Amino acid sequence: MSVALTMPKASAQATAIREAQSVCASQPSLLVAGLEKSYAGGATPVFNDVSFAISKGQSVAIIGANGTGKSTLLRCCLRLIEPDKGCVHIDGADLTAACKTRLRRMRSGVGFIFQKHNLVPRLAVLSNVMHGAIARRKGARCWFHGLAPAAEREYAMHCLEMVGLADLAARRADQLSGGQSQRVAIARSLMQKPSMIFADEPAASLDPHAGEEVMETFRSLSERTGMTLVFVSHQVAHAQRYADRVLGLRQGRLAIDVEAKALDTSILGAFYG
Amino acid sequence: MADAQLRPILPQRMGRVEFLPALMFTAFIAFFAWSLHQAEVDIGELIAGIPNMARIGADMIPPATDRAVPMMLSLLVTFQMALVGTVVGILLSVPLAVLASSNHTPHPWLYTASRGLISLFRTVPDLAWALFFVASVGLGPFAGTLTIIVDTIGFCGRFFAENMEEADPGPAEALTAIGGTKLDIVTCAAIPCALPAMINTSLFSLEKAVRASVVLGLVGAGGIGVELSVSMEMFRYDQAATIVLMIFFLVMAVERFSSLARKRLFARQ
Repeated sequence: MSVALTMPKASAQATAIREAQSVCASQPSLLVAGLEKSYAGGATPVFNDVSFAISKGQSVAIIGANGTGKSTLLRCCLRLIEPDKGCVHIDGADLTAACKTRLRRMRSGVGFIFQKHNLVPRLAVLSNVMHGAIARRKGARCWFHGLAPAAEREYAMHCLEMVGLADLAARRADQLSGGQSQRVAIARSLMQKPSMIFADEPAASLDPHAGEEVMETFRSLSERTGMTLVFVSHQVAHAQRYADRVLGLRQGRLAIDVEAKALDTSILGAFYG
Repeated sequence: MADAQLRPILPQRMGRVEFLPALMFTAFIAFFAWSLHQAEVDIGELIAGIPNMARIGADMIPPATDRAVPMMLSLLVTFQMALVGTVVGILLSVPLAVLASSNHTPHPWLYTASRGLISLFRTVPDLAWALFFVASVGLGPFAGTLTIIVDTIGFCGRFFAENMEEADPGPAEALTAIGGTKLDIVTCAAIPCALPAMINTSLFSLEKAVRASVVLGLVGAGGIGVELSVSMEMFRYDQAATIVLMIFFLVMAVERFSSLARKRLFARQ
């Protein structure tokens, strides 16, 4: 995680930042400028020169065909995968230049929902939710709900209530359905008290009904808390219904950046071509 | 002509013999034949020894019960050595396994050092460790317990590390994304995810320790092995038979318990 990133020349980077920032009236929640990633020492480029900015409270969907680097892009935005070039700013702070400690602190302010939920299967739902406070509260007190301070336990229950699963707090995570697991993962990220949530195909491993439930949960949280939401989806219908804005990745580049309500069949036809 | 071209080619009955594999196979056969000679394997001597086996077997029946109580106490000590050695060994194995797992080690040097230590503990035979500890701390169960601790670290350290490496990386990635430290990730994700496999390994380790603790007594490291050694040296084969039976029931009981515990564990999963 301590890899120093090769930045584009300062002036080029500043231009990329200015261009990306120009779409936002105020300071963006997330700003990505000139981001590049490739595998096998540059032989397999994933995406090139991706720049965009997302305003606070906006809900943005990233769409694209398989293998276009949507999930990699989202992971690069939190340096779960190190990008090769470019920079990512979260609430004005440069994530790509952050040292290990600062990176951990910055990550703690962003929720990340994975396609496969990534709960710890043998632990209770409440312990899994409690993990969201790990970076906020140092030490062992948030490792398991039995050790946690009363205030954190209550807040974890509140997070579970927000996703409608307070009655399952004591159940083991491996005894939940796919939809319930994903909602617990959302509760875990709410426990972080995040300013923004990234979701990597949150409905992909769920049946259509559970998928809709999860997306509805996102919408209601976004409306209630005003947090920024960035989600990757294969389902254009989800992008149209649950996002304010849609970004489309094609052949490693940002091919579309439109308002969700403007996304029509002619744009989609040209995009998926 | 066209038919002949279309007909599929019949594979040869035997594949072509490659030179290098054939040479290696011949070398192995030659080495095995030499090893048989060096091991002094002699069917004639085996047949000549059958009457002695029968005589010793006859002397073993009926097993003697005159020293049953001290023998049972020694057996209990043997089990206690195994239990203490295994539990302490497992507790010490966990942090060492974290350092020795490629995905959780804090530094490559620590990885190499801990892997090296575990390999040393595992590859040196337990009898050699027992002789070392008997010479260091004197005769008795403590030397045996230390031997079992070292043996358990060698066994569990390696398998715990592999269990952690093979566990689902998803929860660890989630905690990384939350901003967790290495310690948070190991405690909250790596160990809970690897726990069933680690408990399984620990149960095997207990079985192994009980069997090993019997043999350790033969070199003076305490327990029932001392009794067995004395009985054999005094030609009290009837007493030796009692000891062998006791060991058999102890090992069976531990294996049965371990098997039941394993079943319950995986049924709950």
